[in-house]
Amino acid sequence: MISQPEPKAEVLTRRDTIVAALRGMLPPEAVIAEPIRLRPYKTDGLAACRQPPLAVVLPETTEQVAAIMRYCHAEGIRVVPRGAGTSLSGGALPMADAVVVGLMKMNRILDIDYADRCATVQAGVTNIGITNAVQDRGFFYAPDPSSQLACMIGGNVNMNSGGAHCLKYGVTANNLLGLKIVTVEGDILTIGGRHLDAAGYDWLGLLTGSEGQLAVVTEVTVRILRSPEGARAMLAAFRSNEIAGACVDSIISSGIIPVALEFMDRPAIHTCEEFAHAGYPLDAEAMLIIEVEGSTEEQESLLARIRVICEQHDPISLKVSQSAEESLAIWKGRKGAFGAIGRISPDYLCMDGVIPTSRLPEVLRRIGEMSDAYELKVANIFHAGDGNLHPLIMFDANDPESFRKAEHFGADILRLCVEMGGCLTGEHGVGVEKRDLMPVQFNAEELEQQRRIKTAFDPDWLLNPNKVFPLATRSERSAHPH
Amino acid sequence: MSDLLTPTDEEAIAAAIRRAAASQEPLTVVGNGTKSAMLRPVQAARSLSARNLTGITVYSPKELIISARAGTLLSEIEAAVAEQGQHIIAEPPDPGGPQTIGGVVATNLSGPRRVAWGAMRDHVLGVRAVTGHGELIHSGGRVLKNVTGLDLCKLLTGSHGTLAVITEVTLKVLPAPEGVGTLVLPGLDAAAGVAALSAALGSPYSVSAAAWLPADAAARIPLLATFHGPVALVRIEDFVASVVYRTQKLHDDLGGRGEILDDPGSRSIWRAIRDREPLVAATDGAVWRVSVRPSAGPQVLHSVADACGARGYLDWGGGLVWLTGPASSSAHAAVQSAAHDARGSWMLVQAPETLRVAVDVIPPESTPLARITRRVKAAFDPHGILNPGRLYAGL
Repeated sequence: MISQPEPKAEVLTRRDTIVAALRGMLPPEAVIAEPIRLRPYKTDGLAACRQPPLAVVLPETTEQVAAIMRYCHAEGIRVVPRGAGTSLSGGALPMADAVVVGLMKMNRILDIDYADRCATVQAGVTNIGITNAVQDRGFFYAPDPSSQLACMIGGNVNMNSGGAHCLKYGVTANNLLGLKIVTVEGDILTIGGRHLDAAGYDWLGLLTGSEGQLAVVTEVTVRILRSPEGARAMLAAFRSNEIAGACVDSIISSGIIPVALEFMDRPAIHTCEEFAHAGYPLDAEAMLIIEVEGSTEEQESLLARIRVICEQHDPISLKVSQSAEESLAIWKGRKGAFGAIGRISPDYLCMDGVIPTSRLPEVLRRIGEMSDAYELKVANIFHAGDGNLHPLIMFDANDPESFRKAEHFGADILRLCVEMGGCLTGEHGVGVEKRDLMPVQFNAEELEQQRRIKTAFDPDWLLNPNKVFPLATRSERSAHPH
Repeated sequence: MSDLLTPTDEEAIAAAIRRAAASQEPLTVVGNGTKSAMLRPVQAARSLSARNLTGITVYSPKELIISARAGTLLSEIEAAVAEQGQHIIAEPPDPGGPQTIGGVVATNLSGPRRVAWGAMRDHVLGVRAVTGHGELIHSGGRVLKNVTGLDLCKLLTGSHGTLAVITEVTLKVLPAPEGVGTLVLPGLDAAAGVAALSAALGSPYSVSAAAWLPADAAARIPLLATFHGPVALVRIEDFVASVVYRTQKLHDDLGGRGEILDDPGSRSIWRAIRDREPLVAATDGAVWRVSVRPSAGPQVLHSVADACGARGYLDWGGGLVWLTGPASSSAHAAVQSAAHDARGSWMLVQAPETLRVAVDVIPPESTPLARITRRVKAAFDPHGILNPGRLYAGL
């Protein structure tokens, strides 16, 4: 179980006063303090970690968020911002003495500006909600994390979420124009706007991916893009991970940047096929899903080029989808991967390391050896174009020993990613899950420099202090908050 | 610039900064100084440059990344990636001298492709830098996706040497397009021109640049002078067959008028637009860069022209307004107020020192944000020795 900062006793003992004060500044139904109603908020997508908070507040306006922050700041109360609670790294895990600020009621689309190709929405609008609002005019919001039906744009900003199509369209940070934020002191600030590249420090860039350490995001202005004329996917199956990896290199070297380039290893292929019946090749060791965009002729021309490249790598099979339906079927298995893994093993850890793409075969071999040593199954899904590796480690949650082993296995994989020149997390964030691994990637000075920035925004460390920074190295800090 | 320190490795950079910190002596942080007429002048007896930290350290075309020490010339990096059929995505402008990659990153200046493919800051994957504490830190790495810890790559990019001295960067690169084509729509005024650019950028054809030039600006580019009037320009970069198909579709969709410029012609006009050639600044004049929502670009041009006679042109679909006019505080105030009315941002990118010391060179921040700025500056540079005053007076 993950360790938490010591709860502040003086906050815990004032619980009733604090709840009453919060009820004074919000509508009655917007403050939750009854233990049974706090239950849904005690965990997120990292379900192994659970902790009910002191209270949950559900503001509907930025001004309400500011009032909550001013009060909590004055009273020294910790705050944990929360979107949809889909974080796989425990980004929304509460603390016993913390007020959870849930943004899910802030779910209004405020403005859509087609001439300037942007949309301004409240933080609790879902990722897919933005695309749904603009797709009748042929537009979309590009980052598409797997949880896009549920996850909220405020959470996407805080985690700098990616998705399967970021090889071409970039991650959240590359698709933002402006934010409205509330500081820990309760000031409302506008960062950016509808324009590009404001002068001064890049607060937009720093806040994106800051995991709720610096401020609470209440409104977001995103770029919206016109959808391409069409898109089509193909499947390519290979005899080994090495061959599939070499094929990825050849595609990139040819000058083609497919809109998506997904790699699945043998266990992932089998598990997803059983679930989705997508026609995946069960005799393959590795498989690529390659998607291109453009007019019908452009799609055909690009797929023909890619086909020629694949054929130089001794493929077992190549299947170019002949219709939008076939493309959907090809994606169905990949997008349903988590559900599929869940069927054969109800409990799994989804890891999120990044490696230089050239090291993929070596990394998969080492993960295979670890899988044997830990006696736990693992399936690997990989955004091959950008090096983001998602090993799914299967374990049995009824067996504490199995869970413990899975956690160690996961940590070993992430250490391996860093050793190979990669990093701990490509899109899920550090959260609590990878917090104590941060020294694997950063030395003491580097961690201290990041902490100084945290302190510049949040001098008393009230915002989400159980995340991102290892607890052990800041014990003196909590004794003397600067 | 009386005394220029040019260490040859990171440790010597760190040592120079530690000495300056110990004696509380400010340093002007520069690369090759090609952009020193930007922003506020720095008052310091010594300058520190990473120009002697040179060389490409890693180039992995298949992984779409290149790393180089900060003093490496952009031209050297561009040549290395071109040899492998790749390019620097943000298309940074050429300031007319040999600029270092450290300087390009520290100033975050991007060219026409920015509107579609992102700024320099979007492609900085990793940095190594020495802070004002004299500590060498790294952020990011050599992979395309990375959300581990706070993103100091973005914070240091565009920080103009005020937080740390960048010693090495890793950039994302992409395959260079096989072909380039440009649709020229002549005779449209600014409002109609930007409406056409907006339609083009909102089309499914992956437009990679969109600019509007008034008649006087177009007249300075030989290939555009022949249109004898204002021009709206839309660029497609792709495989050759797609360039042909997409420029033709845009031509048809945007009213069936206009001309399509071929590959060499396109490359030449967009290089000119990138390098501000349509703008002729008087030697004692000023140049501003205003960033607004694209639909507000024409209004900024008009109101500044009315107020002080400044001239300019629009890039980034209308959202980037390049302006030149007299280096007076009244002209500066006119630019400032036009940008402010459009809720945009602005920067004084060239002016005599007398103006640059007298005015805000970028928009002042609100009181609470300015407080955060001061604390973040102190978090990196507690003694205030790195480029003090470059962005804001007294910081």
